[in-house]
Amino acid sequence: MSRIQVITIIINCVFIGYIARLITKGKLREEYAIVWCLCTFVLVLFSFWTKGLNLMSKVFGVFDPPNLIFTAFIFLILIYLLHLSVVSSKSQHSITRLTQEIALLKEKMKKADGTDQND
Amino acid sequence: MTKILIIIPCYNEGNSLPLILEQLLHLKLPAHFKMEIAVVNDCSKDDTKWVAGLYPIVLLDLLVNLGIGGAVQTGFLYARENGFDLACQIDGDGQHPPWELIKLLEFYDQTKTNIVIGSRFLDEGGFKSSFARRLGIRYFHWLNKLLTGGNIYDSTSGFRLFDKAGVALAAEKYPDEFPEPASLVLFSKYGLSIKEVPVVMSERIAGISSIRNFKSVYYCIKVTISMLFIFIRKKA
Repeated sequence: MSRIQVITIIINCVFIGYIARLITKGKLREEYAIVWCLCTFVLVLFSFWTKGLNLMSKVFGVFDPPNLIFTAFIFLILIYLLHLSVVSSKSQHSITRLTQEIALLKEKMKKADGTDQND
Repeated sequence: MTKILIIIPCYNEGNSLPLILEQLLHLKLPAHFKMEIAVVNDCSKDDTKWVAGLYPIVLLDLLVNLGIGGAVQTGFLYARENGFDLACQIDGDGQHPPWELIKLLEFYDQTKTNIVIGSRFLDEGGFKSSFARRLGIRYFHWLNKLLTGGNIYDSTSGFRLFDKAGVALAAEKYPDEFPEPASLVLFSKYGLSIKEVPVVMSERIAGISSIRNFKSVYYCIKVTISMLFIFIRKKA
Protein backbone atom coordinates (compact mmCIF):
# COMPACT_ATOMS: atom_id res chain seq x y z
CA MET A 1 0.00 0.00 0.00
CA SER A 2 1.53 3.29 -1.05
CA ARG A 3 1.88 6.31 1.21
CA ILE A 4 -0.74 8.42 -0.57
CA GLN A 5 -3.29 5.65 -0.13
CA VAL A 6 -2.73 5.58 3.61
CA ILE A 7 -3.03 9.37 3.79
CA THR A 8 -6.32 9.51 1.83
CA ILE A 9 -7.81 6.70 3.85
CA ILE A 10 -6.97 8.43 7.14
CA ILE A 11 -8.32 11.76 5.91
CA ASN A 12 -11.52 10.11 4.73
CA CYS A 13 -12.03 8.38 8.05
CA VAL A 14 -11.61 11.68 9.89
CA PHE A 15 -14.06 13.31 7.47
CA ILE A 16 -16.70 10.62 7.98
CA GLY A 17 -16.22 10.90 11.73
CA TYR A 18 -16.73 14.66 11.54
CA ILE A 19 -19.94 14.28 9.50
CA ALA A 20 -21.24 11.73 12.01
CA ARG A 21 -20.51 14.16 14.82
CA LEU A 22 -22.33 16.99 13.04
CA ILE A 23 -25.38 14.78 12.58
CA THR A 24 -25.45 13.54 16.17
CA LYS A 25 -25.14 17.12 17.42
CA GLY A 26 -28.07 18.08 15.21
CA LYS A 27 -26.07 20.62 13.20
CA LEU A 28 -26.46 18.83 9.88
CA ARG A 29 -29.64 17.37 8.50
CA GLU A 30 -29.40 13.76 7.35
CA GLU A 31 -30.46 14.49 3.79
CA TYR A 32 -27.42 16.70 3.22
CA ALA A 33 -25.17 14.22 4.99
CA ILE A 34 -26.04 11.54 2.45
CA VAL A 35 -24.23 13.44 -0.31
CA TRP A 36 -21.14 13.92 1.83
CA CYS A 37 -21.06 10.30 2.94
CA LEU A 38 -21.40 9.13 -0.68
CA CYS A 39 -18.52 11.36 -1.78
CA THR A 40 -16.30 10.05 0.97
CA PHE A 41 -17.26 6.50 0.12
CA VAL A 42 -16.24 7.02 -3.50
CA LEU A 43 -12.90 8.47 -2.39
CA VAL A 44 -12.23 5.56 -0.05
CA LEU A 45 -13.21 3.09 -2.73
CA PHE A 46 -10.72 4.50 -5.21
CA SER A 47 -7.93 4.75 -2.68
CA PHE A 48 -8.19 1.00 -2.03
CA TRP A 49 -8.95 0.02 -5.59
CA THR A 50 -6.10 1.73 -7.46
CA LYS A 51 -6.75 0.01 -10.76
CA GLY A 52 -10.34 1.20 -10.65
CA LEU A 53 -9.52 4.70 -11.85
CA ASN A 54 -7.68 3.46 -14.94
CA LEU A 55 -10.50 1.06 -15.65
CA MET A 56 -13.11 3.80 -15.32
CA SER A 57 -11.17 6.14 -17.61
CA LYS A 58 -11.08 3.42 -20.25
CA VAL A 59 -14.82 2.81 -19.87
CA PHE A 60 -15.59 6.52 -20.31
CA GLY A 61 -12.94 6.96 -22.97
CA VAL A 62 -10.95 9.54 -21.03
CA PHE A 63 -7.30 9.73 -22.10
CA ASP A 64 -5.76 10.84 -18.82
CA PRO A 65 -7.30 9.27 -15.64
CA PRO A 66 -6.93 12.35 -13.38
CA ASN A 67 -9.07 14.32 -15.87
CA LEU A 68 -11.91 11.94 -15.13
CA ILE A 69 -11.68 12.80 -11.45
CA PHE A 70 -11.72 16.55 -12.11
CA THR A 71 -14.58 16.37 -14.58
CA ALA A 72 -16.69 14.13 -12.42
CA PHE A 73 -16.14 16.07 -9.24
CA ILE A 74 -16.60 19.52 -10.75
CA PHE A 75 -19.88 18.30 -12.21
CA LEU A 76 -20.97 16.87 -8.88
CA ILE A 77 -20.02 20.06 -7.04
CA LEU A 78 -21.98 22.21 -9.52
CA ILE A 79 -25.08 20.06 -9.11
CA TYR A 80 -24.73 20.22 -5.35
CA LEU A 81 -24.33 24.00 -5.40
CA LEU A 82 -27.49 24.28 -7.47
CA HIS A 83 -29.25 22.11 -4.94
CA LEU A 84 -28.06 24.41 -2.15
CA SER A 85 -29.38 27.47 -4.05
CA VAL A 86 -32.75 25.76 -4.26
CA VAL A 87 -32.68 25.01 -0.56
CA SER A 88 -31.75 28.59 0.30
CA SER A 89 -34.45 30.04 -2.00
CA LYS A 90 -36.97 27.84 -0.31
CA SER A 91 -35.96 28.89 3.18
CA GLN A 92 -35.95 32.56 2.08
CA HIS A 93 -39.53 32.13 0.92
CA SER A 94 -40.47 30.55 4.24
CA ILE A 95 -38.82 33.38 6.17
CA THR A 96 -40.80 35.94 4.14
CA ARG A 97 -44.08 34.18 4.90
CA LEU A 98 -43.25 33.87 8.58
CA THR A 99 -42.22 37.51 8.90
CA GLN A 100 -45.42 38.67 7.23
CA GLU A 101 -47.54 36.43 9.41
CA ILE A 102 -45.82 37.67 12.58
CA ALA A 103 -46.42 41.30 11.55
CA LEU A 104 -50.12 40.57 10.97
CA LEU A 105 -50.42 38.71 14.26
CA LYS A 106 -48.69 41.50 16.19
CA GLU A 107 -51.18 43.97 14.73
CA LYS A 108 -54.08 41.69 15.61
CA MET A 109 -52.82 41.30 19.19
CA LYS A 110 -52.42 45.05 19.55
CA LYS A 111 -55.96 45.60 18.33
CA ALA A 112 -57.20 42.90 20.69
CA ASP A 113 -55.80 44.34 23.89
CA GLY A 114 -56.02 47.95 22.75
CA THR A 115 -52.93 48.78 24.79
CA ASP A 116 -50.13 51.24 24.20
CA GLN A 117 -49.08 51.81 20.57
CA ASN A 118 -45.37 51.40 21.29
CA ASP A 119 -44.48 48.11 22.83
CA MET B 1 -69.44 51.91 1.24
CA THR B 2 -66.09 51.01 -0.31
CA LYS B 3 -63.29 50.18 2.09
CA ILE B 4 -59.86 51.21 0.86
CA LEU B 5 -56.50 50.39 2.43
CA ILE B 6 -53.52 52.66 1.80
CA ILE B 7 -50.33 50.61 2.00
CA ILE B 8 -47.19 52.60 2.77
CA PRO B 9 -44.04 50.46 2.62
CA CYS B 10 -41.27 52.16 4.59
CA TYR B 11 -37.60 51.52 4.91
CA ASN B 12 -35.87 54.31 6.85
CA GLU B 13 -38.51 56.90 5.94
CA GLY B 14 -38.81 58.45 9.40
CA ASN B 15 -38.15 61.93 7.95
CA SER B 16 -40.72 61.94 5.17
CA LEU B 17 -43.38 59.78 6.76
CA PRO B 18 -45.02 62.47 8.97
CA LEU B 19 -45.81 64.72 6.01
CA ILE B 20 -47.37 61.90 3.98
CA LEU B 21 -49.43 60.69 6.91
CA GLU B 22 -50.62 64.24 7.68
CA GLN B 23 -51.63 64.75 4.05
CA LEU B 24 -53.36 61.39 3.89
CA LEU B 25 -55.25 61.86 7.14
CA HIS B 26 -56.53 65.24 5.95
CA LEU B 27 -57.38 63.99 2.48
CA LYS B 28 -61.06 64.30 1.57
CA LEU B 29 -62.06 61.25 -0.44
CA PRO B 30 -65.45 60.98 -2.18
CA ALA B 31 -68.09 60.18 0.45
CA HIS B 32 -68.58 56.51 -0.35
CA PHE B 33 -64.95 55.66 0.42
CA LYS B 34 -63.76 54.67 3.87
CA MET B 35 -59.98 54.88 4.14
CA GLU B 36 -57.60 53.07 6.45
CA ILE B 37 -53.82 53.46 6.39
CA ALA B 38 -51.32 50.66 6.92
CA VAL B 39 -47.66 51.54 7.34
CA VAL B 40 -45.40 48.57 6.72
CA ASN B 41 -42.13 49.09 8.55
CA ASP B 42 -39.60 46.96 6.68
CA CYS B 43 -37.20 46.60 9.61
CA SER B 44 -36.06 50.23 9.39
CA LYS B 45 -32.90 51.26 11.21
CA ASP B 46 -34.21 54.76 11.97
CA ASP B 47 -37.22 55.92 13.98
CA THR B 48 -39.84 54.98 11.34
CA LYS B 49 -41.63 52.65 13.74
CA TRP B 50 -41.81 55.28 16.48
CA VAL B 51 -43.00 58.00 14.06
CA ALA B 52 -45.69 55.74 12.64
CA GLY B 53 -46.85 54.92 16.16
CA LEU B 54 -47.79 58.58 16.68
CA TYR B 55 -50.59 58.44 14.11
CA PRO B 56 -53.93 56.64 14.16
CA ILE B 57 -52.88 54.04 11.61
CA VAL B 58 -52.28 50.33 11.35
CA LEU B 59 -48.59 49.51 11.84
CA LEU B 60 -47.34 46.27 10.31
CA ASP B 61 -43.89 45.78 11.76
CA LEU B 62 -41.60 43.33 9.97
CA LEU B 63 -38.90 41.72 12.10
CA VAL B 64 -36.75 40.88 9.09
CA ASN B 65 -36.04 43.16 6.15
CA LEU B 66 -38.02 41.69 3.26
CA GLY B 67 -37.50 44.30 0.57
CA ILE B 68 -40.22 46.34 -1.11
CA GLY B 69 -42.12 43.38 -2.58
CA GLY B 70 -42.41 41.46 0.66
CA ALA B 71 -43.34 44.63 2.54
CA VAL B 72 -46.13 45.61 0.15
CA GLN B 73 -47.37 42.03 0.08
CA THR B 74 -47.80 42.20 3.86
CA GLY B 75 -50.20 45.07 3.22
CA PHE B 76 -52.10 43.02 0.65
CA LEU B 77 -52.34 40.15 3.12
CA TYR B 78 -53.78 42.55 5.69
CA ALA B 79 -56.25 43.91 3.13
CA ARG B 80 -57.38 40.44 2.14
CA GLU B 81 -57.74 39.27 5.71
CA ASN B 82 -59.78 42.32 6.72
CA GLY B 83 -62.03 42.38 3.68
CA PHE B 84 -60.95 45.61 2.01
CA ASP B 85 -62.45 46.34 -1.41
CA LEU B 86 -59.48 48.35 -2.64
CA ALA B 87 -55.83 48.71 -1.77
CA CYS B 88 -53.44 51.39 -2.95
CA GLN B 89 -49.69 51.47 -2.56
CA ILE B 90 -48.19 54.87 -1.77
CA ASP B 91 -44.42 55.03 -1.32
CA GLY B 92 -43.10 56.29 1.99
CA ASP B 93 -40.62 58.68 0.42
CA GLY B 94 -43.16 61.30 -0.68
CA GLN B 95 -42.84 60.52 -4.36
CA HIS B 96 -46.55 59.90 -4.68
CA PRO B 97 -48.60 62.95 -3.61
CA PRO B 98 -51.60 61.59 -1.67
CA TRP B 99 -54.13 63.88 -3.39
CA GLU B 100 -53.36 62.18 -6.72
CA LEU B 101 -55.07 59.14 -5.22
CA ILE B 102 -58.41 60.78 -5.99
CA LYS B 103 -57.63 60.56 -9.73
CA LEU B 104 -57.05 56.84 -9.40
CA LEU B 105 -60.28 56.39 -7.43
CA GLU B 106 -62.33 58.39 -9.92
CA PHE B 107 -60.93 56.34 -12.76
CA TYR B 108 -61.72 53.14 -10.87
CA ASP B 109 -65.28 54.27 -10.22
CA GLN B 110 -65.84 54.90 -13.93
CA THR B 111 -64.16 51.81 -15.35
CA LYS B 112 -63.90 49.21 -12.54
CA THR B 113 -60.42 48.31 -13.80
CA ASN B 114 -58.67 45.70 -11.66
CA ILE B 115 -55.33 47.49 -11.50
CA VAL B 116 -55.11 51.27 -11.91
CA ILE B 117 -51.57 52.61 -12.30
CA GLY B 118 -50.65 56.20 -11.54
CA SER B 119 -48.39 57.05 -14.46
CA ARG B 120 -45.78 59.78 -14.86
CA PHE B 121 -45.65 59.63 -18.62
CA LEU B 122 -49.14 60.24 -19.92
CA ASP B 123 -49.19 63.88 -18.95
CA GLU B 124 -46.96 66.92 -19.17
CA GLY B 125 -45.51 68.38 -16.01
CA GLY B 126 -44.49 66.79 -12.76
CA PHE B 127 -41.31 64.98 -11.96
CA LYS B 128 -39.03 64.20 -14.91
CA SER B 129 -36.48 61.51 -14.29
CA SER B 130 -32.97 61.12 -15.64
CA PHE B 131 -32.10 60.01 -19.17
CA ALA B 132 -30.88 56.57 -18.08
CA ARG B 133 -34.03 56.00 -16.10
CA ARG B 134 -36.22 57.08 -19.04
CA LEU B 135 -34.29 54.68 -21.26
CA GLY B 136 -34.93 51.88 -18.79
CA ILE B 137 -38.61 52.73 -18.64
CA ARG B 138 -38.85 52.67 -22.43
CA TYR B 139 -37.24 49.27 -22.44
CA PHE B 140 -39.77 48.01 -19.90
CA HIS B 141 -42.60 49.49 -21.93
CA TRP B 142 -41.43 47.43 -24.88
CA LEU B 143 -40.89 44.27 -22.85
CA ASN B 144 -44.22 44.66 -21.14
CA LYS B 145 -45.98 45.07 -24.48
CA LEU B 146 -44.25 41.94 -25.73
CA LEU B 147 -45.25 39.82 -22.75
CA THR B 148 -48.69 41.16 -21.86
CA GLY B 149 -49.90 42.79 -25.06
CA GLY B 150 -50.91 45.77 -22.95
CA ASN B 151 -49.78 49.32 -23.53
CA ILE B 152 -48.45 50.42 -20.16
CA TYR B 153 -45.96 53.29 -20.25
CA ASP B 154 -45.02 53.54 -16.61
CA SER B 155 -44.61 49.90 -15.68
CA THR B 156 -42.16 50.79 -12.90
CA SER B 157 -44.63 53.03 -11.07
CA GLY B 158 -45.40 51.83 -7.56
CA PHE B 159 -48.42 54.12 -7.26
CA ARG B 160 -51.13 51.56 -8.00
CA LEU B 161 -54.70 50.87 -6.99
CA PHE B 162 -55.82 47.25 -6.70
CA ASP B 163 -59.39 45.99 -6.52
CA LYS B 164 -60.41 42.85 -4.62
CA ALA B 165 -59.29 40.46 -7.36
CA GLY B 166 -55.95 42.27 -7.62
CA VAL B 167 -55.45 42.21 -3.86
CA ALA B 168 -56.24 38.49 -3.68
CA LEU B 169 -53.73 37.66 -6.39
CA ALA B 170 -51.03 39.95 -5.02
CA ALA B 171 -51.47 38.56 -1.51
CA GLU B 172 -50.96 35.09 -2.91
CA LYS B 173 -47.96 35.70 -5.16
CA TYR B 174 -46.01 38.90 -5.46
CA PRO B 175 -42.40 39.22 -6.67
CA ASP B 176 -40.10 40.10 -3.79
CA GLU B 177 -37.46 42.38 -5.27
CA PHE B 178 -38.34 45.19 -7.74
CA PRO B 179 -41.90 43.87 -8.03
CA GLU B 180 -43.62 46.48 -10.19
CA PRO B 181 -42.93 45.50 -13.82
CA ALA B 182 -42.89 41.79 -13.07
CA SER B 183 -46.20 41.82 -11.25
CA LEU B 184 -47.89 43.36 -14.30
CA VAL B 185 -47.05 40.22 -16.28
CA LEU B 186 -48.57 38.19 -13.47
CA PHE B 187 -51.78 40.24 -13.38
CA SER B 188 -52.33 40.15 -17.12
CA LYS B 189 -51.71 36.42 -17.13
CA TYR B 190 -54.55 35.95 -14.67
CA GLY B 191 -56.80 38.06 -16.83
CA LEU B 192 -56.94 41.20 -14.69
CA SER B 193 -57.42 44.49 -16.51
CA ILE B 194 -54.65 47.08 -16.16
CA LYS B 195 -55.03 50.76 -17.04
CA GLU B 196 -52.98 53.91 -16.52
CA VAL B 197 -54.02 57.29 -15.25
CA PRO B 198 -51.75 60.33 -15.55
CA VAL B 199 -50.58 61.66 -12.21
CA VAL B 200 -48.03 64.23 -11.16
CA MET B 201 -45.26 62.83 -9.03
CA SER B 202 -42.86 64.86 -6.96
CA GLU B 203 -39.23 64.27 -6.17
CA ARG B 204 -38.62 62.29 -3.06
CA ILE B 205 -38.63 64.39 0.10
CA ALA B 206 -35.92 62.47 1.89
CA GLY B 207 -34.20 59.12 1.82
CA ILE B 208 -32.62 57.36 -1.11
CA SER B 209 -34.22 55.47 -3.96
CA SER B 210 -34.01 51.72 -3.79
CA ILE B 211 -32.70 51.86 -7.35
CA ARG B 212 -29.30 53.54 -7.34
CA ASN B 213 -27.03 53.96 -10.33
CA PHE B 214 -24.70 51.05 -9.80
CA LYS B 215 -27.66 48.81 -9.18
CA SER B 216 -29.63 49.78 -12.27
CA VAL B 217 -28.03 47.25 -14.61
CA TYR B 218 -28.68 44.53 -12.07
CA TYR B 219 -32.23 45.87 -11.82
CA CYS B 220 -32.83 45.57 -15.56
CA ILE B 221 -31.45 42.05 -15.75
CA LYS B 222 -33.27 40.79 -12.70
CA VAL B 223 -36.59 42.29 -13.73
CA THR B 224 -36.26 40.96 -17.27
CA ILE B 225 -35.57 37.47 -15.97
CA SER B 226 -38.41 37.53 -13.48
CA MET B 227 -40.83 38.89 -16.12
CA LEU B 228 -39.84 36.17 -18.56
CA PHE B 229 -40.20 33.43 -15.99
CA ILE B 230 -43.53 34.64 -14.73
CA PHE B 231 -44.60 34.71 -18.36
CA ILE B 232 -43.71 31.07 -19.03
CA ARG B 233 -44.67 29.71 -15.61
CA LYS B 234 -47.80 27.59 -15.48
CA LYS B 235 -50.78 28.93 -13.62
CA ALA B 236 -51.03 27.15 -10.31
